[in-house]
Amino acid sequence: MATNHIVKSFDEDLRELDNVIAEMGGLAEVQFADAITALVKRDGELAERVVVSDKRIDELESKVDSHAISMLALRQPMANDLRVVITALRIASVVERIGDYAKNIAKRTVALTQTPPVGPTRTIARMGNVVQGMIKTVLDAYLQRDADMARDVRLRDEEVDALHTSLFRELLTYMMEDPRSISACAHLLFVAKNIERIGDHATNIAEQVHFLVHGELPGSARPKGDESSYTVVNAE
Amino acid sequence: MESATIKTAVAPADAALTAAGARDTKFHTRKVCVYYGEKQALFDVDLDIFSNEVTALIGPSGCGKSTYLRSLNRMNDTIDICRVTGDIILDDIDVYSREIDVVHLRARVGMVFQKPNPFPKSIYENVCYGPRIHGIASGKADLDQIVEESLIKAGLWNEVKDRLDAPGTGLSGGQQQRLCIARAIAVHPEVILMDEPCSALDPIATAKIEELIDELRENYTIVIVTHSMQQAARVSQRTAFFHLGYLVEVGETEQIFTNPVDQRTQDYITGRFG
Amino acid sequence: MTDITMNDSSEMNAPPTAHKGATAAEAVRRSLKRRYAAEARFRAYGIAAVIFAMLALTTLFATIISSGMSAFRATVIELEVDLDASVIDPDGTRNPQTLATANYRALVFNSLRGMFPDVTSRNDRRDLTAMLSRGASFQVQKLVVDDPSLIGSKIKITVPVSSDVDLYEKGVIKKGTDSADRRVNDKQMAWFDDLKAKGIVSTRFNTTFFTAADSREPELAGIWGAVTGSFFTMLVTLLLSFPIGVAAAVYLEEFAPKNRITQVIEVNINNLAAVPSIVFGLLGLAVFINFFGLPRSAPLVGGMVLALMTLPTIIIAGRAALKAVPPSIREAALGLGASPVQVVSHHLLPLAMPGMLTGTIIGMAQALGETAPLLMIGMVAFIVDIPGGVTDPATVLPVQVYLWADSPERAFVARTSAAIMVLLGFLVFMNALAVVLRKRFERRW
Repeated sequence: MATNHIVKSFDEDLRELDNVIAEMGGLAEVQFADAITALVKRDGELAERVVVSDKRIDELESKVDSHAISMLALRQPMANDLRVVITALRIASVVERIGDYAKNIAKRTVALTQTPPVGPTRTIARMGNVVQGMIKTVLDAYLQRDADMARDVRLRDEEVDALHTSLFRELLTYMMEDPRSISACAHLLFVAKNIERIGDHATNIAEQVHFLVHGELPGSARPKGDESSYTVVNAE
Repeated sequence: MESATIKTAVAPADAALTAAGARDTKFHTRKVCVYYGEKQALFDVDLDIFSNEVTALIGPSGCGKSTYLRSLNRMNDTIDICRVTGDIILDDIDVYSREIDVVHLRARVGMVFQKPNPFPKSIYENVCYGPRIHGIASGKADLDQIVEESLIKAGLWNEVKDRLDAPGTGLSGGQQQRLCIARAIAVHPEVILMDEPCSALDPIATAKIEELIDELRENYTIVIVTHSMQQAARVSQRTAFFHLGYLVEVGETEQIFTNPVDQRTQDYITGRFG
Repeated sequence: MTDITMNDSSEMNAPPTAHKGATAAEAVRRSLKRRYAAEARFRAYGIAAVIFAMLALTTLFATIISSGMSAFRATVIELEVDLDASVIDPDGTRNPQTLATANYRALVFNSLRGMFPDVTSRNDRRDLTAMLSRGASFQVQKLVVDDPSLIGSKIKITVPVSSDVDLYEKGVIKKGTDSADRRVNDKQMAWFDDLKAKGIVSTRFNTTFFTAADSREPELAGIWGAVTGSFFTMLVTLLLSFPIGVAAAVYLEEFAPKNRITQVIEVNINNLAAVPSIVFGLLGLAVFINFFGLPRSAPLVGGMVLALMTLPTIIIAGRAALKAVPPSIREAALGLGASPVQVVSHHLLPLAMPGMLTGTIIGMAQALGETAPLLMIGMVAFIVDIPGGVTDPATVLPVQVYLWADSPERAFVARTSAAIMVLLGFLVFMNALAVVLRKRFERRW
């Protein structure tokens, strides 16, 4: 925004909000990255650490919550200031869910270390990379209040969805070929779904960034490419 | 600044509504300029006031909102060096035309001032003064009824019905202001102009007056000048933001306070300049 | 307070900022002694001024009262007069003309001589008669004319003594100096003492002073004529100056446009207040009496002249009272749709009236004491009749004082002071009234 508030403590409060969101987002990024790494490398200990660290994200979400409510009560923010506070609330809740998904992936990784390795970890790693990039970009877009950067994130979700659809097919095929891999593949199905959901959440954050900057949600529907819900693979 | 480059910011949805004539316009003002001697206080203000709703005028000190308000009922006439140009049209009549009788105008357009100013007379006398001088009442019984109705509408009847002969100046600040409102509505105006009516009152008295304004807008058109943005946000349906004598932006109150079009408006309401 | 000097800079340069507060307090404490001393001195000056003023006032009042007190008492003699029909009405016709012109002096003299049978010589008889006031015979005449049935009877009347005997009784004229130079010679003093011994002499309250008009004889002179004249003059002044003054004040304050013409008018009104009062007298003489031909010495002309003088006071006080009404009242009334005249008559005048009245009363009090302009228009004449209306010749209290002060009769000295006391009494009363009015109607907005 162009100038600072006449009352400086108002600016400090807004900065505090940004700081906590930044900390939360960074943590969530790291959690997700570690979860994917643990999955690919079959590292049980790393996975355990991820599970435990999720508590910190929850604490930070509480902090954002109470800080935002206090700002609403005490500052009566208007116009863009109001949007900053509202979007901070929403984004914090979304990032907390991202953290939860990362924790879930890590839990399943622990389970997967007890089964023989299964094939399509490369695709998962690729999905994971794209989503990681999306999270980082969208959080940067939020902190820089850049709506254009956020819009690009929305477009990338199409790729994630496509990857998810193909992964879904692949895993179904694996399971039909070798029934012994069903346990592992079932976990991987959930992992893939989690990653796809994280991608969707990243686009949610992108929409909030647009709302923050322009005062309204983006009009055009975002591209949805996830056809896994309609996918059927029949045995020949 | 040349008047040609001045454009008041209006949100597109609002402009469309207004252009379509979807609302009943009470005051239609165009290119209003006000001069105090050599100094120009208002520059080409184009503003419509719609019937039966509350329009709030906000802006920092000295921005011209009170000047604009006082031009609507020609109270600026009392200041010798003040000169008003432009069109101020009330229901198809130009308020500054020669045929207009100022006394009649002020009976149609009432005013409530910043500091409550009841006459040093009894409560009854205060309220019945207007109807009496305009000859609205047809007898004592009629006058009594008008006084009672006005005090009820102003939310003061229950508190003073037993002491109508008590001096008006003996009431508390909030009661005095409600008395002034009762006095103003006793002449059955069409428009009520309020110049920062709550700035001298405590929060509870203020809340009572805001509730009163909400009830009054059913029957009257109200224009209120206020320093408090929260009050403008609570009380009005349309808000106009003035700055340094220019009308910067006008629109639905909700839009002005959540997503204003002009950067200056946003800076003012978020407290980035005052 | 010029005694306070700046503290030397050494205290200001105390290095640690934490101590700056302490040194400032120190500096203040040190200056306190000087400041209190200056305060006490200032108070002393004020008290001295007040004491001086009070002393002057007390001296003035004491002088006047001490010299005027004696005029309030008059010495009278109770006489028995034989209303001899052969003197009053020899023909018995009871003709009013005859009754009016009868020789009542002889009757009175006879009564007196009855008490001093051995007074025979012409000079002695004259001296004896001179002890009574000339008004005694008129008193008898009035009694007879009013009630002719009294003729033939003996009546008891109380007549005033002459002013010189009165002064003797009050101790102003004393024995001692050469009898021929005194106003009351030895013989008269002896006779008077005789009369006192007989018990028919008494001193009573001097009602004549308050009921009679002016007269050559001090014992018969009173201020009632002057009071009536003052009353009529004040009436005319009030009726002329109050409406005009109030209307002018209202116009200048509320309606007049703020341009050069109005400024010129304002300046001239203020100047009017400074014009010497005798100039107004000349104006009255030239315009009212010579040009318009109004009667001289009349309260009408006096009132008109004084109205011109009081007008600026009322206008200025009226404007101040109007200015004191807060603009919020005007705005409230205008906002309701009151016309400018309605604003003035319904709101401003009632609220400004106490101030205007105060100004008017003060103006009236000033006018009451004015002498110079009234002298010019002829109210200095010797008027013996009590004026009945505004066109009858009259005089006013201050002029009466002037006339009596100028008179050679010694008895008028006391009466002059007494008249001054009455005049002062009125002035004090009017000013007190103004103060009371102001206090009672003082408003807190």
